[in-house]
Amino acid sequence: MSGAPIERVCGTAIVIGGDDIDTDRIIPARFLKALTFEGLDAHVFEDDRQERAASRVLHPFDRPEHRGAAILIVGANFGCGSSREHAPQALRRWGIRAIVGESFAEIFAGNALAIGLPCVTAGREPLARARAHVDAAPDTPVEIDLPRGVMTAGGREIRIGLPDTARHALLSGGWDATGLLLQRPDEIDATRARLPYLRWSSGSTPRSS
Amino acid sequence: MAATLFRKVWDLHSVRTLPNGQTQLYIGLHLVHEVTSPQAFADLRARGWRVRAPERTFATVDHIVPTLAQRRPFLDLVAEEMTAALERNCREHRIPLFGLDSGSQGIVHVIGPELGLTQPGMTIACGDSHTSTHGAFGALAFGIGTSQVRDVLASQCVAMSPLRVRRVDVRGRLAPGVYAKDVILTIIGRLGVKGGAGFAYEYGGEVVDRMSMDERMTLCNMSIEGGARAGYVNPDATTIDSLRGRPYAPSRDEFDEAARWWRTMASDPGAPYDDVVTIDGTAIAPTVTWGINPGQSVPVDGRVPDPMAATGAERDGVAEALAFMSFDPDQPIAGTRIDVAFIGSCTNARLSDLREAARIVSGHRVARHVRALVVPGSQAVCTAAEREGLDEIFRQAGFEWRAAGCSMCLAMNSDRLDGREICASSSNRNFKGRQGSPTGRTLLMSPAMVAAAAVAGEVVDVRAWLPAAPAGVERRL
Repeated sequence: MSGAPIERVCGTAIVIGGDDIDTDRIIPARFLKALTFEGLDAHVFEDDRQERAASRVLHPFDRPEHRGAAILIVGANFGCGSSREHAPQALRRWGIRAIVGESFAEIFAGNALAIGLPCVTAGREPLARARAHVDAAPDTPVEIDLPRGVMTAGGREIRIGLPDTARHALLSGGWDATGLLLQRPDEIDATRARLPYLRWSSGSTPRSS
Repeated sequence: MAATLFRKVWDLHSVRTLPNGQTQLYIGLHLVHEVTSPQAFADLRARGWRVRAPERTFATVDHIVPTLAQRRPFLDLVAEEMTAALERNCREHRIPLFGLDSGSQGIVHVIGPELGLTQPGMTIACGDSHTSTHGAFGALAFGIGTSQVRDVLASQCVAMSPLRVRRVDVRGRLAPGVYAKDVILTIIGRLGVKGGAGFAYEYGGEVVDRMSMDERMTLCNMSIEGGARAGYVNPDATTIDSLRGRPYAPSRDEFDEAARWWRTMASDPGAPYDDVVTIDGTAIAPTVTWGINPGQSVPVDGRVPDPMAATGAERDGVAEALAFMSFDPDQPIAGTRIDVAFIGSCTNARLSDLREAARIVSGHRVARHVRALVVPGSQAVCTAAEREGLDEIFRQAGFEWRAAGCSMCLAMNSDRLDGREICASSSNRNFKGRQGSPTGRTLLMSPAMVAAAAVAGEVVDVRAWLPAAPAGVERRL
């Protein structure tokens, strides 16, 4: 079992400025108190949005012109901090289908890939130009083309990067890894059998329920 | 050929190369908690899969548990629902659960080592970024998201690309009043919050060699704050001694064989590193964060930066942080008035942390305007501390003494900041809103520094607060 191949993402874009945007900012911990990921989209960047609203400025995720945006443009080290998958889940459920940034925190990028949400990188300067373009004309169509490795915004092409492993997973539809990992149970067992620490018996094991 | 511990553990656990070039890596120990697992269990059920290795999977409740009224059902109905769901999932899949009635419950990264589940040479995964903590034992341990929790439940494997290894050598000796927390904050300050991306950090050098396991856990715990998904310390005599007699450690008959194998997993002399960094431990001072990420720190006798003195891209970050913290450029960090003191979290809520903090507060009173609480990392830490009378010392000083859990580190229970409160915190993240109030402010520091700040009512240099060591007793560090 795996997902559908993902080759390109088209739509309008939305910009979150600044570096080191952590996953607590993307989705505050109080919204992790739930048994499912449903409804997270309503709370993406909740505290930042409230803060802006209090000073009568609309957060990008509240601006009508960005409603329906599919591409999120960010800075460096986006998604640092907590490993909560709720962060990419919230963005994806809001409608984001690809994120382009200068760099991404590793766990975040892995979590995003696992739900078919590509995180692609681009240089700081070309990203700044794309941001300026989107700020000036929010209805600019933006396209991310994974096989060609380019993003087109306002008629200009930007080179985008993606680790080969992620590119392969997205293009082949193998981004949902569980099925792949289950393909060779004999090899899993063989690996397990060579781990010395699984052969030792433990002392006295305490009570668990 | 000489190899690092990372390489040895990676190769031992490699099942195969996946079509996309990633490695299918076997996970020797999977730790599960109530917040990042329910969706994974639901997916498993929907796809008709079973848990492949329930005997290598262990669960506890930590993130949302109340630390005051723990009687079931919890007053917080969602917390009750999530706890009940974990209990149900563990029962259905025969996963051992260390619940509130077990005597072994606690923060997942505290109880794993405490129970002896965490051992050298293992791969360890958990749906929590602070899984790097377990690297203190010479394990390759890293956080995963919920989809990967599902991967591990179903296959006992993850798909991953190998990390590069950066050796971080901490030379010299730490001064009294300087702790592992100060070392890791200094490392993150030096290498940056994204400096560790793509790396595992191997910590070594005289300072690390001399550290207790508790201190090594503090060090490895915050690797992720430096962007490194994993951090580890090579297993040595300290590691082996600490494992002896633990419930899940190898039995007496097999312990020596295990210890011999553990030592072979340490990095070889001359092992190749992708990068080497040297830190002068002797020069490290008690360290405090002033901003909104853990890389924004200064020595306690230092000053917060001036955005005008920062370069291009950094300037905006500094300005944003100072505006959020309401700090003036160039103001001294010492003397910052605090509202709350929190001693807890997987970073610094082990017995030695509580002892050190108790040593500072003993005979003092928490400042009148400060709300102070101690949240032990586990039930076992709580019991051990109470046996030593630490709870009494804290209570008499005006601290609240709570039950074990993650508590105010991420405020998923009712322990949280109100409004713009400033908290001196022994936890790991000072992100905006992290401690439960969108405008709440966090100053990260060692538990001893939190203790001193609680009493003084403001940030102070703990070096001036240390009781004289008894004659003839040399501090370990």
